[in-house]
Amino acid sequence: MIPYDSETARARLFEMVRIRRFEEKCAELYSAGKIRGFLHLYVGEEAIAAGVMAALEADDAVVSTYREHGHALARGIPSGVVMAEMFGKREGCSGGRGGSMHLFDVSRRFYGGNAIVAGGLPLAVGLALADAMQKRPRVTACFFGDGATAEGEYHESMNLAALWKLPVLFLCENNHYAMGTALDRYQAETDLARRAESYRVPAERVDGMDVVAVEEAVRRGAARVRNGEGPYFLELVTYRFRAHSMFDPELYRNRQEVEHWKLKDPIPGFVLRGIESGVLADGDVAAVEREVEAELADAIRFADAGTLEDVAELTRDVLSPQESRA
Amino acid sequence: MSMETTTAIAPTNDSAVTPAAATIHTTFRDAIKSAIRDAMLRDPRVFLMGEDVGLYGGSYACSKGLYAELGPERIRDAPLSESAFVGAGIGAAIGGMRPIVEIMTVNFSLLALDQILNSAATLRHMSGGQINVPLVIRMTTGAGRQLAAQHSHSLENFYAHIPGLKVIAPATLEDARGMLWTALCDPDPVVIFEHAMLYNLEGEIAADAGAVPIDRAAVRRAGNDVTLIAYGGTVGKALDAAGQLATLGVDAEVIDLRTLRPLDDATILGSVSRTRRAVVVDEGWRSGSLAAEISARITEGCFYDLDAPVARICSAEVPIPYPRHLEQAALPQVPAIVDVARKMVKGDG
Repeated sequence: MIPYDSETARARLFEMVRIRRFEEKCAELYSAGKIRGFLHLYVGEEAIAAGVMAALEADDAVVSTYREHGHALARGIPSGVVMAEMFGKREGCSGGRGGSMHLFDVSRRFYGGNAIVAGGLPLAVGLALADAMQKRPRVTACFFGDGATAEGEYHESMNLAALWKLPVLFLCENNHYAMGTALDRYQAETDLARRAESYRVPAERVDGMDVVAVEEAVRRGAARVRNGEGPYFLELVTYRFRAHSMFDPELYRNRQEVEHWKLKDPIPGFVLRGIESGVLADGDVAAVEREVEAELADAIRFADAGTLEDVAELTRDVLSPQESRA
Repeated sequence: MSMETTTAIAPTNDSAVTPAAATIHTTFRDAIKSAIRDAMLRDPRVFLMGEDVGLYGGSYACSKGLYAELGPERIRDAPLSESAFVGAGIGAAIGGMRPIVEIMTVNFSLLALDQILNSAATLRHMSGGQINVPLVIRMTTGAGRQLAAQHSHSLENFYAHIPGLKVIAPATLEDARGMLWTALCDPDPVVIFEHAMLYNLEGEIAADAGAVPIDRAAVRRAGNDVTLIAYGGTVGKALDAAGQLATLGVDAEVIDLRTLRPLDDATILGSVSRTRRAVVVDEGWRSGSLAAEISARITEGCFYDLDAPVARICSAEVPIPYPRHLEQAALPQVPAIVDVARKMVKGDG
């Protein structure tokens, strides 16, 4: 059974389908040369973004990774603005400066796609430290992949957050691969929740293919974090259906494994359960698909119509403008 | 600019320039401590974070006594996790605080270079101007205490290479006292290099010495024959050399760079255009050094005014060794400055 009403169920379905179709469009637009650079798609992992963002408050902070289109969309950054960023246009959420890996929107407290693996964790600890020192009951939600757990910055940040009881919700998206290296080929201890507990951070392992489970776990964790109980860790077990990036021939995993995980696809599974629970109707999927298609067509039009930053502005914002100085 | 970051109170830039009648005796170390304490009292958003800054009193005693006075929240002992506590400083700065992060030595700062370069220096430009990082990082630099090859280097040029940072180096008591507040008022990340041999420097400063500008070099001694350009730990050596040169009939001007990024081209080129000769004294290694950058700027900016090629006196290109005689042999020294400058002005005779 799904503990949602019809409206909520449809909203989660919409978010997941929207992210899925957005990513598929990105792949097409990459092939068409509209998007360049590195492009990391979120297909297969949509339940996490949809579930996490549904459970966070507007004044919570989000620190993300380079596979962050889904996080950005679910956080509420308009799809046109995200697409414009990938087109390198001024109308993008980072003014076109960052591209796919560096989506920012401070108005939504979305502190970026960070493309240094684990590089966002210390930043999240600091945002949480600022909240703790200013006695604001806010959560900093910090996404990172399983690969980040091998970095020194992961260990340092987990320890610091636990030591100082900081309000960080650590969200580990375990898609089983650090780029092309499987978890058991780079970690001696592959139980990531157990690793987190070694820092005295309470941890849960959650089915990241189930939007309901994700949302419930985040609500539980965020409530404790907000309540001043210190950091909380969620291992969100998931799988990316597509290659690591557009330059990945996928030599490191076999077709059967991918097909096995596709059976756990978060979207059809949710639809089935929604219909069984009576909160989704047969026509909902088609209606959502139509709505998403129209939105994405608008998004691409918006991005296409966007403007390129004048080269004369190249060095703007390396430092703050003089006039804002004391 | 983030809604959460507002600019702190404006520094009073003239207070250190106009000496007051009353003076106090102090040390470089105590001047830094006074600056930290003063900033804490003026702005509740300011806090100090680093290894052993609290109970221990700071590895160079720059915060001795502040833990007892200001408490563990604001004088914050951090684990030996340079990357995490520097990154936490960045996050806290974005979150509306005004952190001072202390790194024990520049050699250890390499463990936090990812955060400094990939986040602090990059976030503003990469986010299209949405985020600024009002963070101050202080660290010790330089040799002279026989601490061997992992505690003695001068890597200021690594940081001076990075767009998005400001890099400053106090060499006087006034600057030790006054640069910090101005740095804290800056909306962008500022890295302060404190040469370890300066901490015991002592003398008189104005009792009301306060904030000083951090965007320009200072002429510490006026002269007409040659410009000695130095910063941090080499300023004193350049001044000593200038004193000796005077007895040899050479009138040397001494520039204290103070700001390593951006460099104050106007002061450097203005002086060298007039003296027509320049010697750069830099404790960094010669290859790819700040001295190399300054030399290039002089060549680009006033080549036709020069009477001699720009000279550089840098550290020998070796890891700084432990025994005193070898350490001293590796560093820029006064006799070498005197010799080079004298020959440049008087010829080889």
